[in-house]
Amino acid sequence: MSHHIVEADKIHYSYPDGTAALAGVSFRIPHGESVALVGENGAGKSTLLQHFTGCLLPSSGSLSIGGVSVEKQNLPAVRRAVGMVFQNPDDQLFMPTVFEDVAFGLLNLGVPEAELGGKVMGALETVGAAQLKGRPPYRLSQGEKRAVSIAGVLALSPDILVMDEPTSNLDPLSRRRLIGLLKTFKHTRIIATHDLDFALELCERALVIHKGLITADGPTREIFGDERLLKSSSLEKPSGMRKCPVCGGKQ
Amino acid sequence: MNKLGKNLADIGYMDTLAAGDSPLHRLDPRAKLLTTFLFIVSVVSFNKYEVSALVPFCLYPVFLVAAGKLPAGYLVKKILLVSPFAVLVGVFNPALDRQILFQLGPLGISGGWVSFLSILARFALTVSAALALLSITGINSVCEALLRCGVPKPFVVQLLFLNRYIFALTGEAERMSRARSLRTFRPAAVSFRVFIQLIGNLLLRTMDRAERVYRAMLCRGFDGHIRVVRFSKIGRREIAFTLGWSVFFSVFRFVNIPLMLGQAVTGLLK
Amino acid sequence: MHMADALISPAVGGTMWVVSGGLIAYSAKKVREEADDRKIPLMGVLGAFIFAAQMINFTIPATGSSGHLGGGMILAILLGPYSAFLVMASVLTVQALFFADGGLLALGCNIFNLGFFTCFVAYPLIYKKIIGRGLDKKRLIIAATIAGVIGLELGAFGVALETVSSGISELPFKTFVLLMIPIHLAIGLVEGLVTSGVVSFVITARPEIVTAAGEKTPPGVGVKKTALGIAAAAVLAGAALSWFASAHPDGLEWAMLKTSGREELESSGRLHGLLASLQEKTAFLPDYGFRKAAPAGEVKSEPAAGEKAAWPAIDAGASVSGLVGGLLTLLLAALIGLGLKRRQTAA
Repeated sequence: MSHHIVEADKIHYSYPDGTAALAGVSFRIPHGESVALVGENGAGKSTLLQHFTGCLLPSSGSLSIGGVSVEKQNLPAVRRAVGMVFQNPDDQLFMPTVFEDVAFGLLNLGVPEAELGGKVMGALETVGAAQLKGRPPYRLSQGEKRAVSIAGVLALSPDILVMDEPTSNLDPLSRRRLIGLLKTFKHTRIIATHDLDFALELCERALVIHKGLITADGPTREIFGDERLLKSSSLEKPSGMRKCPVCGGKQ
Repeated sequence: MNKLGKNLADIGYMDTLAAGDSPLHRLDPRAKLLTTFLFIVSVVSFNKYEVSALVPFCLYPVFLVAAGKLPAGYLVKKILLVSPFAVLVGVFNPALDRQILFQLGPLGISGGWVSFLSILARFALTVSAALALLSITGINSVCEALLRCGVPKPFVVQLLFLNRYIFALTGEAERMSRARSLRTFRPAAVSFRVFIQLIGNLLLRTMDRAERVYRAMLCRGFDGHIRVVRFSKIGRREIAFTLGWSVFFSVFRFVNIPLMLGQAVTGLLK
Repeated sequence: MHMADALISPAVGGTMWVVSGGLIAYSAKKVREEADDRKIPLMGVLGAFIFAAQMINFTIPATGSSGHLGGGMILAILLGPYSAFLVMASVLTVQALFFADGGLLALGCNIFNLGFFTCFVAYPLIYKKIIGRGLDKKRLIIAATIAGVIGLELGAFGVALETVSSGISELPFKTFVLLMIPIHLAIGLVEGLVTSGVVSFVITARPEIVTAAGEKTPPGVGVKKTALGIAAAAVLAGAALSWFASAHPDGLEWAMLKTSGREELESSGRLHGLLASLQEKTAFLPDYGFRKAAPAGEVKSEPAAGEKAAWPAIDAGASVSGLVGGLLTLLLAALIGLGLKRRQTAA
């Protein structure tokens, strides 16, 4: 294992109807890095994320995670290493109760029932949702759902955390809590988001994706400072980096 | 909200009730399921003219409601809401079966009325017991019980998934039809064409969701088997509950207590 | 057309439970054999879709009434018969459990009436036959409509058969069938039109969904054979049990007599005698009732009358006492409930 380096080499992907979603994407993410994946709607962010867990396989090019190529026969190992938090928690929380949902992946790993309770509760405590364990997922708030779906992934102790729009539909307080939580993680993090302030706070590196291609790759602050680049990718400078509209100084 | 919407609100409410805590809630769901099943079989096994012997059976739902701290008024309302069907089918009985069964002073009571009353009594008993069972157990525990009683897993998993996504999808349907009516501007009926568009779109969204759920399952190691956590245990309390009520049911089934009681009382009055 | 618990006898309800339970086990086995993991979440959300779709109604022109999707046929088209049957069974189970639509004992009947006929008769024998290999829209409309009507009509026939063989409702079979057929002809037509409309919508938008589902369906012969086999078994079992039910109106009592033999009979005879003598002493009602009550107590001496007495207590004394006692018992039960409740809240 080479420390869970994520390496993409000229990934192309076209949907069955012929739409080309990725047109030769290459990058390398070393262990422990926190990377924001930004780009306009339809740029190919979600398609790329689906490749990290092998739900989609490249039409051409290659992707490897920790030295393991993402191919059909390697999928169990890849999914063991990568934890994916979906954009809509309702898609991810499919089991009848919070406890059972967090236990789902653990049971698939063959965790014995004696250890199950401890592991589930540990993951729920990490995200501050231990009190929700008996609740059915459809009776949770959006923030609670997000927390529980992260717990379901954390319980499997992945090396790489992949998140699709983690702040969507969250109120400011839940968003703040999520940032606090994610800051404590030591995992490699790949976060697709439109929330550039969130990316700025959490990620040291940003990848800008535009029409299926990586158009910029570098330190987040640098990239978000390049207004022309942002504009060409239908993005906008995060408010945290804008000058104060009243006095003209830095906020 | 139409009838289904109200029904769904009921599922939510009953889930809340099931999340409550009482000795009854804590009982293994298998014991409750089996006992309720015995109850229903005993109630429906009476002949069609039986009314008085059915009465003692109301003790079971009354017990569940009281010991499970369930809101009795709510359950009664719910039973009344679904009663029209039983009334509809039973109401022909008085017209069709006019043979006088007994004379109450000057009033001749026909067999039809007695059997009609019997249908209503059965209906109230079985429905209230089933609703009370669900309100103190919850669908998830009922499913666990079913699985452990040997019901095929694909079916139980199907029930669990169905219950999980009912709210997500009906919410979607409600939003779609609200969006339609907001752009209709006058109270126009839904035409067949629009209806097909709505349902078709809903179906496509549903299938997309299924695909996303499937991917989420794969990402957490799904291999075609759903493994269900086991919580419950059969203990002394479960055995006592089921056995105790079984004894009651068989006594109620074979001894007409109200009749004896009534005769004793009317005897005393004399 | 949900059957209710109150309308069926345990013999009929039990038979249909066994039949539907067998069908569920068989379908579950088949679904497992198909080993299509993708189907597990798909079946689940499609079940929820049926509920969701029923929240949207359309207005049937010129009638003022509204129609909605029943769902059996569309499930069969999208999932194939076995999975569709499981989804239908789950939908009906949730309706029985939460909405008290139908009931627990009647659940077997309802699953059979609404699931079996559509998934295992109308779908493979009519829809598939008409549709053939290709998928053109005209054929689809014809196939879905005819299959929808036939599936529902068979279901309605099932309802009538089960109700009448239970003998609790007084409606004669012929009247019942004549009442059910035209109603369900209309419902079936609507169902068929909605099904074909939605399926052609999906074909236009995303053709791969329907064609893929069609391919996954196992070859027609297997379905047909098993369907016919199960249908035959069900009809036989149903016929045998309904005969049993009508010959022995009270199956449970009959079985008790048969198994526990004389002693039980004598003791109940003695009990009846005791009650009868009690009645003699309490003669405040027209003696008309007591004349009739007497034979009920004399099971041994008058076997012919005893046969009739196995039917209900057709005597006035008993009925009035039943009334009084019933009310008293009700009161007692309510008191017990109140007591329990008070203890619960105090605790």
